[in-house]
Amino acid sequence: MGRSLARLFVERGDWVALLGRDAEELARSQSDLQARGAPGVRVVTALCDLEDTGTFRPALEGVEQSLEGLDTVVVTAAVFATQEKLEADPVLAQKMLTVDFANTIVFCEEVRKKLLLRGTGTLCVFSSVAGDRARKPVVLYGAAKAGLSAYLEGLDHRYRSQGLTTVCVKPGFVKTAMTAGLPTPPFAGDPDEVAQTVLEAIDRGTPVVYAPPIWRAVMTAIKAMPRFIMRRAKF
Amino acid sequence: MAPTRIAGWGRQFVEGEELQPETLDGAPPVLFRGLGRSYGDSSLPAASSPIVVNTTRANRIIHFDAATGVLRAEAGFSLADMNRTFLPRGWFTPVTPGTSQVTLGGMVAADVHGKNHHVDGCFGSHVNRLKMRVADGRVIECGPDLERELFLATVAGMGLTGQILEVEFGLRRIPTPWIWQESQRVGDIDEYITCLKDAAKDWPMTVGWIDCLTQGKHLGRGFLMKGRWAQAHEAPARFPKELPNIRLPFTAPEFALSRPIVQAFNFALYNSHWPKKKVGLTDPFRFFYPLDFVQDWNRGYGRRGLTQYQCVLPDSAGTGAARRFLEILSKRGGASFLCVIKDCGPESPAYLSFPRPGISIALDIAVRDDTQALIDALNEHVLLEGGRIYLAKDQFTRPEHFRAMETRLPAFQAVRAKWDPEKRFKSAQSVRLFGD
Ligand SMILES: Cc1cc2nc3c(=O)[nH]c(=O)nc-3n(C[C@H](O)[C@H](O)[C@H](O)COP(=O)(O)OP(=O)(O)OC[C@H]3O[C@@H](n4cnc5c(N)ncnc54)[C@H](O)[C@@H]3O)c2cc1C
Ligand SMILES: NC(=O)c1ccc[n+]([C@@H]2O[C@H](COP(=O)([O-])OP(=O)(O)OC[C@H]3O[C@@H](n4cnc5c(N)ncnc54)[C@H](OP(=O)(O)O)[C@@H]3O)[C@@H](O)[C@H]2O)c1
Repeated sequence: MGRSLARLFVERGDWVALLGRDAEELARSQSDLQARGAPGVRVVTALCDLEDTGTFRPALEGVEQSLEGLDTVVVTAAVFATQEKLEADPVLAQKMLTVDFANTIVFCEEVRKKLLLRGTGTLCVFSSVAGDRARKPVVLYGAAKAGLSAYLEGLDHRYRSQGLTTVCVKPGFVKTAMTAGLPTPPFAGDPDEVAQTVLEAIDRGTPVVYAPPIWRAVMTAIKAMPRFIMRRAKF
Repeated sequence: MAPTRIAGWGRQFVEGEELQPETLDGAPPVLFRGLGRSYGDSSLPAASSPIVVNTTRANRIIHFDAATGVLRAEAGFSLADMNRTFLPRGWFTPVTPGTSQVTLGGMVAADVHGKNHHVDGCFGSHVNRLKMRVADGRVIECGPDLERELFLATVAGMGLTGQILEVEFGLRRIPTPWIWQESQRVGDIDEYITCLKDAAKDWPMTVGWIDCLTQGKHLGRGFLMKGRWAQAHEAPARFPKELPNIRLPFTAPEFALSRPIVQAFNFALYNSHWPKKKVGLTDPFRFFYPLDFVQDWNRGYGRRGLTQYQCVLPDSAGTGAARRFLEILSKRGGASFLCVIKDCGPESPAYLSFPRPGISIALDIAVRDDTQALIDALNEHVLLEGGRIYLAKDQFTRPEHFRAMETRLPAFQAVRAKWDPEKRFKSAQSVRLFGD
């Protein structure tokens, strides 16, 4: 989804910095964005690993310099594994909890300080519908995303008046590498369509956006279900 | 991962496992497929090796040279994406098939041809370089002047020589993003052949639609479309609007394509072209990709799906060959919704490239109990005429027919054996036709 969104940014002329942990992959995506981008678009990259908090500040400072400032930061990186795998492998579970919750928030804190210092800016973070209601297949992953959503809502309450706009993206099921091999449920989304929805939310400063949008209704229904049903339900 | 049902555009399903990685780097040594727009079983895994890798997420541009138009991109880059990105900048692919929902890998592996075949040949003849991974795991660059044998076997090689990772070729400068089109009504098949050959002299792009249900005197009537890119003084300054994109909400019932309905459709289409000649501007989306307007139109063929039969009847068979073919077709009662005719230019040096000088005819056929018998009969006729069929469309041809038609097959198989002695790369089609 990150790749789709970055393409929309450069096509309309926005300058983009890509952060990630594989330099060669970053360089390939950089060339792709450069070729697709509007004339004059600048695309830069920096190494940043969500497992290693020490990489956050150098990465952000590096790209801030090469792009001559940051006004929007989008976090799409996360790890996912099925509940069965996470239950069976405590090391993996800890890594997921660290990356998706603790370290994502540590990264956002760095961004928050930078954007507030600048006076205005948008922080857009991909959480998940899995954080909206605890469910059997996503007990652990859902817990991490619930925490992340709560943090983003808190930022929005506390700092919107000071110029920091927070956009919490809640994807439903989207067909990406993350969901490869999982059975496709109804209302499954396509990354390019999701990116379009997210871009509009960033432009408008929408605090919470479901993508595809139908998932708002789906989650409203799931949130309304009483506990005794959720105990029986398989989803 | 659980096995799923995988099909080509004709919706003839097999069981298999389709991986769709973000990059092709770590892909297992198995058949690749793109957007699955080949009609038959060429993009489907063999039962003995049920995994296939879908390349469509590997769709990054590696490099574009705005001075020369040379583009290098990952194999999953689609023509629709290319048009969206480069058409507004005044560049277009040198060869396009009749749908933009194809990948670069698929365009190379089938060596696709388009309305300009009589002047520009197939897509493969515009490719400078392929980056491939071959059976032993090596990543190799090849091209017309580098590992030429491998290159010529991979172009039109239907994925059987290895995995195409990147494709480099030249885009063409176009004067405007508009097409100047002339279409003319043609009374019967013999007049058609004359018109096609005449049009080829003056027009870079030609194709014809024929009604193959009307028998007797009007057999093979239809209309012929000719086009070229419009010059700046003929076209508006704005960029044309893309066709809206609709989805077929359900799979159509069987009767939707019964003979009377197809007949009525063909009659209406022919008579809609009331003036003998129409001229004017159109846009590339309508001109090249009229069918892309309905996203999954193949579902219109119902539960049993469809097949396309495409053959080329060589010039050596004489000018009567097309009429003889249509007569056989109409005798067997083959009700084809869409029948497309086109003259082909010179043959490509790629071992299995389909076109050769002559007339190509393509028929969309709803799959029914008698489809195998119909295809057998058409193949026997095509063999007699010295013609051959197009693998990218095929689902029903028998191996003995194919071997008899395709005299270049042993040479292709020899190159393939050199690069992939264990036949790691095979498809449902190569098992059926080559006995892999
Ligand atoms: C409406 C419509 C109109 C068409 N019109 C034309 C036309 O005018 N002219 C024409 O020539 N064809 C035409 N075709 C056929 C189509 O262009 C070809 O079948 C093309 O190969 C489809 O590309 P794809 O990406 O969907 O490939 P797929 O169908 O997924 O695969 C086709 C073949 O290419 C191989 N392949 C795909 N990617 C790779 C790769 N990266 N490495 C190695 N092998 C690979 C597969 O193994 C398979 O053998 C048409 C098809 C449709 C549906
Ligand atoms: N797909 C869905 O259905 C779905 C549903 C709900 C929420 N989401 C959320 O949406 C976001 C995007 O997901 P996606 O579907 O686009 O997944 P994706 O294709 O797997 O992308 C996730 C990205 O995160 C990167 N990443 C993982 N660990 C990292 C680390 N330690 N440091 C830096 N980068 C790391 C991966 O990079 P590498 O290439 O280096 O591994 C990958 O590019 C995620 O936050 C996900 O939780 C997705």
